[in-house]
Amino acid sequence: MTETTPGPRARPLSPHLEIWRFHATMVGSILHRITGVGLYFGALILAGWALSLAAGPDAYQAFMELLGSPLGKLVMFGLTLSVFYHLAKGVQHLLWDAGTGFQLPIANMGAIACYAFAIAASLAVWAIAWMTGAL
Amino acid sequence: MENYRTPLRRARGLGSAKHGVGHWISERVSAIALVPLVLWAVFGVITLAATDYYGAVAWISQPLNAVLMVLLVAISFWHMHSGMRVVVEDYIHTTLSKSALLLLNLFVCGLAGSLAVFSILKVALGGA
Repeated sequence: MTETTPGPRARPLSPHLEIWRFHATMVGSILHRITGVGLYFGALILAGWALSLAAGPDAYQAFMELLGSPLGKLVMFGLTLSVFYHLAKGVQHLLWDAGTGFQLPIANMGAIACYAFAIAASLAVWAIAWMTGAL
Repeated sequence: MENYRTPLRRARGLGSAKHGVGHWISERVSAIALVPLVLWAVFGVITLAATDYYGAVAWISQPLNAVLMVLLVAISFWHMHSGMRVVVEDYIHTTLSKSALLLLNLFVCGLAGSLAVFSILKVALGGA
């Protein structure tokens, strides 16, 4: 029987983190994945909110008090940052998918714009929440 | 999964199962849908944080809020299932652990998403 070992060519691998020099787009890409995983747990909190609402006034109040506690607020602020960062970076990825914005200065500026947007939008939303008495 | 391939399969070397493009596109389409939904949801959270249980019930009882909320949950859970699937496939290379985590991801997203959608509809349709 003929041996067929060569078979398909080796498939390309994802780049390994340790061979990359630290730079804006590299950190931006890693943060996109980390915030995505964080939002996974944020969506589970959203599901918990819906469940507590369906469970009645007492359960709902207990859930909202948990979210309103100092630790709850910290988690919610982290989720706010994650939402806005993942959103902005996602849009940059969609532009990349469309084949534009790959020039190094533009890609770097985009990465920095995503950090800036996430911080500015989070602060703005929490300021609005504070002004409307949501905190 | 290399060891499950037959010699003929390896000789032909056809590569992937050709499902990758569908997954890639569905991740992008759900991402585009989530842009307006998430921006709406941020202001929904601010509204909800400033009110109590009865205010929240009144809010979710409005048809637009109920429908957008169901869409947000359904598309988010779909999108995060796709995303977590890629994370698992990137980092976990043992067939058993990878399969177990992929199943766990699917079941967690399916269960939590279904519970959330049912809860929203229950309250919105006046059953609370």
